[in-house]
Amino acid sequence: MTIITKEGKFKEFIKRREPIIEDWKHSLYLWKSTKLAMIGSVIIGILLFVVIFAPLIAPYDPFLNNMAERLQAPNWSHFFGTDQFGRDIFSRVIYGSRIEIWIIFLVSLISGGAGTLLGVISGYFGGIVDEIIMRTTDMFLAFPSLVLAMAFAAALGPSLTNTIIAISIVGWTVFARLARAEAMKVKKQPYIEAIRSVGAGNIRIMFFHVLPMCLSPILVQLTLRMGTIILTAAGLGFLGLGVRPPLPEWGSMVSDGRSYLVGQWWISTFPGIAIALVVLGFNFLGDGIRDIMDPRLRR
Amino acid sequence: MSKLEKLQSEKKSGSKAKILLEVKNLKKYFPIKAGVFKRTVGWVRAVDDVSFFIRKGETLGLVGESGCGKTTTGRTILRLIEPTAGSVHYGGNDLLAMSRGKMNKYRSKLQMIFQDPYGSLDPRMRVRDIIAEGLRSAHVGNKKERYEMVEQYMEKVGLSKLYVNRFAHEFSGGQRQRVGIARALIMNPELIVCDEAVSALDVSIQAQVLNLLDDLQKEFNLTYLFIAHDLNVVKHISDRIVVMYLGKIVEIASKHELFINPLHPYTKALLSANPIPDPTIERKDRIILQGDVPSPANPPKGCRFHPRCWLAGPQCSQEEPPLIEVKPDHYVACHFWKNMEDQN
Repeated sequence: MTIITKEGKFKEFIKRREPIIEDWKHSLYLWKSTKLAMIGSVIIGILLFVVIFAPLIAPYDPFLNNMAERLQAPNWSHFFGTDQFGRDIFSRVIYGSRIEIWIIFLVSLISGGAGTLLGVISGYFGGIVDEIIMRTTDMFLAFPSLVLAMAFAAALGPSLTNTIIAISIVGWTVFARLARAEAMKVKKQPYIEAIRSVGAGNIRIMFFHVLPMCLSPILVQLTLRMGTIILTAAGLGFLGLGVRPPLPEWGSMVSDGRSYLVGQWWISTFPGIAIALVVLGFNFLGDGIRDIMDPRLRR
Repeated sequence: MSKLEKLQSEKKSGSKAKILLEVKNLKKYFPIKAGVFKRTVGWVRAVDDVSFFIRKGETLGLVGESGCGKTTTGRTILRLIEPTAGSVHYGGNDLLAMSRGKMNKYRSKLQMIFQDPYGSLDPRMRVRDIIAEGLRSAHVGNKKERYEMVEQYMEKVGLSKLYVNRFAHEFSGGQRQRVGIARALIMNPELIVCDEAVSALDVSIQAQVLNLLDDLQKEFNLTYLFIAHDLNVVKHISDRIVVMYLGKIVEIASKHELFINPLHPYTKALLSANPIPDPTIERKDRIILQGDVPSPANPPKGCRFHPRCWLAGPQCSQEEPPLIEVKPDHYVACHFWKNMEDQN
């Protein structure tokens, strides 16, 4: 008897949530039907797999110098060859993915978070608040971004953390502008007025109604900018202001192989391919997420 | 309801009913900005010195053509737009003089139903959250209690409670407007401002929504300020009607009085332009006004209607006619209302 009522309750539970389940099914369907999103998520999926299982996949220690085997071309014991210190490039690329993900994650969180928040505040309130925040972004945008990042990195000293801080400080303006534009568009919508008329305050409207509407372009932009983040980190590494040499960061590996490019092409090429693939993957994923998340495109 | 009953109930709710909301000398001017430095070069007088009152339990219709300030009036009363001058008295307090925080406490009593059922619902939210939004901002009950209330009110407005988890775009126009009504109703308001609440819907759905509003008025003892441009709709739902022209009130009268005995030339012209959905009736008394509506940024001197009025005399372009009570409950702002009455 109790089993039957339990079953009844379960059915009731399912029935109530039918639209939500339908919604998820629909998202899955859209994901499947968007080829680019599929390819993107497969690439990023592989990347994440590599990040998690790096020690199991990598055949060698990425930091181990082996002068006897230096500058070997790709062969069966070293898939991607070895560099000028005899380190296995395949292992270094595998371990490098961890550093890339860490940089991407933190930079996205800091610059995306701060930028979105300031942008939404600026766009929602307008007036003097808007002026102050937007003139600040103008100041940041007045410098070439790499030069500014260099200045910050030089002032803070070269290290992984400082690279992340420098890239974040340079990058937030993009998100602030995007979020501001979205917030200005959203706050004029009739439903915002409707929500105001039922008695919601500014803070509530801003965080619960305006902010979520700004998130999908931000998310897309964030995914699309992940490639740029990798490239900026590589640029800083190349100039000696980024990740310090023994760490297998892809960008600095490309720079390392620069002087050997004519004879030993594999040193720069494989980390370069890794960067290209991951950037491509993030770009596809970004476009896919936009298509899937926009409620107006969902139908 | 038979005609007799209707008349009786009208008499009951007549002049003795308590005044719920009184609007006095309300003004809203929008600045016109121009040039590099955005200097204010003029003002659009969207609402210019408007005074009227709403009795408890009645439906006050507010009509006029596009751009005459109907919507601005409605929004200014609820302080969705800040007024330039004037006062709105509600329960002994001036809503316009309050701080924003204090006003938010009164908001639950004064709700609004919006014109655009497509734009006025957050596209990212599920229906139950849209309806519960007001309760959540007012910190009423916990989540479970709020959702229970949502289900109750959804059934009150004729929506199945199985729809709670749907998004706004999964509904038809009429259903969305019902969601909008539920959102306003759940706050337990006294006054609902219906801003062109049915004009975006097609005729058969209009009738359903109007009947729903009517039923809800009886059940919850609501008062409506019904803003519309469709005279047939206003005639159907209102007890009294306010006619606006170019930011001013030209006439206020009870529904029957206004339709039988309009005392302002503009009202008469407006009524004569009202389409009758019956091709067998031939119209002879059609009044076609000359010229266009003047710009509210630069309204004519004196009576604002005088350039288009067939009764206008030299007095009209100089002196602005005040809104006077010419009969019990019949207000008109015209120098020649006596001539109009003779014509009628």
